[in-house]
Amino acid sequence: MGEFNQAFIYGCSAIGAGLAVIAGIGPGVGQGIAAGYGASAVGRNPGAKGDITSTMLLGQAVAETTGLYGLLIAMLLLFVKPFKI
Amino acid sequence: MLQNYLLAADPGDKVDFMIHEVFSYQLFGQTVYITTSHVCLLIVVLVLCAFFIIGGNVFKKATEIPSGFQNFLEIIVEFLDGMVGKTMGSKGRGFRNYIGTIFIFILFSNISGLLGLRPPTADYGVTLPLGIVTFLLIHINEFRFNSVKDIWKDKCSPLPPWFPLWLPINLIGDFAVPVSLSLRLFANVLSGTVMMALVYGLLQKVAYGWPAVLHVYFDLFSGAIQTYVFCMLTMTYISNAIGDVEVTKKLSEDK
Repeated sequence: MGEFNQAFIYGCSAIGAGLAVIAGIGPGVGQGIAAGYGASAVGRNPGAKGDITSTMLLGQAVAETTGLYGLLIAMLLLFVKPFKI
Repeated sequence: MLQNYLLAADPGDKVDFMIHEVFSYQLFGQTVYITTSHVCLLIVVLVLCAFFIIGGNVFKKATEIPSGFQNFLEIIVEFLDGMVGKTMGSKGRGFRNYIGTIFIFILFSNISGLLGLRPPTADYGVTLPLGIVTFLLIHINEFRFNSVKDIWKDKCSPLPPWFPLWLPINLIGDFAVPVSLSLRLFANVLSGTVMMALVYGLLQKVAYGWPAVLHVYFDLFSGAIQTYVFCMLTMTYISNAIGDVEVTKKLSEDK
């Protein structure tokens, strides 16, 4: 590890954290699609609004998990700093 | 010392959302730290204890036509019972106490960021035990209501039971449940905490008044949604593990 100094490693960690939160794209698209279908379902059947909303929220929360894993990796890289010399 | 407990009251121009050490002691040669998240958890638990004791006293002299505080408590209990009943049906009778308790606990932990505490659920040491309790409940109830043969068949499920090639994959799926449940809650609350810490740390000169809007989103909305999701997923998993057994009959046999 002699040829790399600490600043280089922190810089690379910051770039890695930025790349890790790209994982947020997927859940964003997925949650938007779920919300869109939820809205159209409410438009078709306004009586079932409560059930549709709770099912939609449950699905969105499960879809959100992958994005949160990316966020966690970014947090670890930025704040816990696992790569120290 | 006090500023360590309060997220918003960080002196100096730096972002700080970490867990801090309050004091440490030696236990079996290991250094054990009592951290700010223990203190926040203790505050939450004490407030909830006071709430429950007062509520219990109110219900000791309950009136037929509710008024005031009794009305409020009845609304909470009816909402929680209705939620469990709607999701689990007749299977949910025995789980109303547990689901209600964790619902109130997680909700109050999440919105305690609104009161200036660092939310206890933004610590993985708090959410992982909740996930493990759910995991144990799922599997205890699986074994309570199904025969071992059926469980074996279910674990080998896409392939026939005499050819358990799929068993390891299903087992990994089972063990992923508590991890993903607890990480979901933890990461959501932590992301809200980090955002608020960034606002208060980096925009210190102008952060007066308007971060209340962000608190409404990150603490109230996100916290309530995540509480609801945790409880709904717990109920769904338990209800799936029980299966289509005629539960009311089995429950009356147990008595």
